[in-house]
Amino acid sequence: MSKVYLVLQDNDVSRYILEAVEEDNPEITIIHNPAMIRIEAENYMVVNRETVEEKLGRDWDVQELHLNLVTLGGNVDEDDERLTLTWNE
Amino acid sequence: MAAKKLNMKEKYRLLTRDLDWEFSYADRKKAFPFEEFEGIKITDWSKWEDPFRLTMDSYWKYQAEKEKKLYAIFDAFSQNNAHLNVSDPRYINAIKIFLTGITPLEYQAYQGFAHTGRQFGGVGARVACQMQSLDELRHVQTQVHAMSHYNKFFDGFKEWTHMQDRVWYLSVAKSFFNDARSGGPFEFLVAIGFSFEYVLTNLVFVPFMSGAAYNGDMATVTFGFSAQSDEARHMTLGLEVIKFLLEQHEDNVPIVQKWIDKWFWRGSRLLSVVAMMMDYMLPNKVMSWKEGWEVYFEEAGGALFKDLARYGIRMPKYAEQIRKEKEHISHQTWWTFYTYGQAAGFHTWIPTDEELDWLSEKYPNTFDKYYRPRWEYAKKLEAEGKRFYNGTLPQLCTTCQIPLLFTEMDDPTLTAHRCSHYKGDQYHFCSDGCKDVFEEEPEKYVQSWLPVHQIYQGNCGGPGLPEILQDYYRFEMGADNMDMKGSPDEARWKQWKGVA
Amino acid sequence: MPVYALKPDYTGEIKDRVENFHGNQLVYIGWDHHLLFSSPFSLLAPIGMRFDVFFKEIVSNAFSQHPEWDQIDWSSVTWLLDGQPFIPQPEVSLGDQGINHKSFLRFQTPGLTGIAGAGI
Repeated sequence: MSKVYLVLQDNDVSRYILEAVEEDNPEITIIHNPAMIRIEAENYMVVNRETVEEKLGRDWDVQELHLNLVTLGGNVDEDDERLTLTWNE
Repeated sequence: MAAKKLNMKEKYRLLTRDLDWEFSYADRKKAFPFEEFEGIKITDWSKWEDPFRLTMDSYWKYQAEKEKKLYAIFDAFSQNNAHLNVSDPRYINAIKIFLTGITPLEYQAYQGFAHTGRQFGGVGARVACQMQSLDELRHVQTQVHAMSHYNKFFDGFKEWTHMQDRVWYLSVAKSFFNDARSGGPFEFLVAIGFSFEYVLTNLVFVPFMSGAAYNGDMATVTFGFSAQSDEARHMTLGLEVIKFLLEQHEDNVPIVQKWIDKWFWRGSRLLSVVAMMMDYMLPNKVMSWKEGWEVYFEEAGGALFKDLARYGIRMPKYAEQIRKEKEHISHQTWWTFYTYGQAAGFHTWIPTDEELDWLSEKYPNTFDKYYRPRWEYAKKLEAEGKRFYNGTLPQLCTTCQIPLLFTEMDDPTLTAHRCSHYKGDQYHFCSDGCKDVFEEEPEKYVQSWLPVHQIYQGNCGGPGLPEILQDYYRFEMGADNMDMKGSPDEARWKQWKGVA
Repeated sequence: MPVYALKPDYTGEIKDRVENFHGNQLVYIGWDHHLLFSSPFSLLAPIGMRFDVFFKEIVSNAFSQHPEWDQIDWSSVTWLLDGQPFIPQPEVSLGDQGINHKSFLRFQTPGLTGIAGAGI
């Protein structure tokens, strides 16, 4: 198994994104470092627009993720509904 | 009837499919003269796809938002004299290395991607390179703005553009990018877009920046994370580049592998300075270089190469050597800068006792055995008023241009040295990796501008080291260089903080 | 292949030809297992300089800060010149004993294990 990861700036919006990621990805590991939050999962992770909007209580464009993103690892696929990170084994 | 709102995929398709033109009367090869000489075969450029599907309108929109956030923080930082909030004035020296050593690389990346983007026949690749080129220029600008605040209060910042082309250790970073940019466009993408961005910039912009935050440097962490959010896009493109090249033609596989071997090695060598910044220059510690390396190189790189194995790509050639070196390189590098502290454009120092203990804890296999005794000896000399400075110029590696400061991994007190002959001259290297790079293209590296040799050829003024440092490098002697103890930086800090 | 270049038969300018050193040559020298000096040195010496002069005027200066330098028993020292065992001849010029431009000398001092016995 390989880890895909998403690192977010530790701020207000990221907290809701993290909540959404937690809800949609049952088995993730969250690591807090100064100023950043690192989220890891085995092979696959998804960030769904709908879940983030529900948590934030407002419209959210998947591309807005870049405003709070620090780095990521894995094959990316992004469309209007979601961003996914995947490793192929 | 209102126009149908396009979704992201449709917008991206229109941007990258319908903006190209047919070469009906001109020779396409003459329009893209760099496309073939490296041996890479492209059969269908339309297979290139940006997984973020970023179009120019979205690009400008989100980059503008990033900039607004960033500059609001710079303003607040500056208006509140936040340089006084950093953990320890020694920390600022890491930021001097950033401005003099790393920011110019952003500028080279900007130039490199602008050139490379022009050379590709596919629109998707051209658009991606153009965006990346703009990102890199943004990074230069934001870094200069952030650090201009420090330049008002600390030494060592003001001559960064002048120093870039002259100072011995800055030639390491400069020549790294010159090497990539003087390759063909595909090598440049594998070198910078993939090898450097995918694994190595993470180490600069994630654990080091988290460390900047932990040391109270709001400006640096903010530009760092803002830059890295662009890098996240670059990394993704870097990975897509590799997959694209490997899927286009099987003949591309060994060429790409050769470049991966070369550029992971070159990148690992370049990062030895970041290793020392992490372990020795962050007074408040987040993680050791070794720990950062394990997460961002071994774990992230391991996952990456497992994913690429289906194309016939294996781990970079010297991965095993690199794995062993993580226990040593930060210590060997900081010792070099400490002992050549008169020739460094920033301050150096002996770690405090607490820091020595932290290093022992983080490097149980190596620190007490090989490196702590050096600091104990340096402390003894300092206490006697004889702070150690090495006055003789070092031997440099022809490829990475770093002094031969790395040791054999099975004998860590023996300097590693390799040698090659070409057209009647000898060339010297720090490692098998650097020797391989030379032997693949000796006509390129016989041109290395090695700072020590240039000094001895009389091309850097002189005659003595003090004149070279002062006049050729434009160091303000005693202010920009030498030990932290007794420096004007230290005196000013004490005055601001009201300590004797 | 000596280079991958757009132009056929591309060659590079050799930056460190001996002719560029104005009558001098480069000699590299390292003291094994003594990493007070973090790397070997690059030294500049006139072509034709005798080894004993080179040693006394140039090499000694470079290494003399080391507390073990004065303790070296030169009769037991072993040398490598460009990787091969070598015995320096004091009264012979560098070039006449094969120490050429960009040659690398390294020497070992048995019994001296560096400061604190740690290879420093």
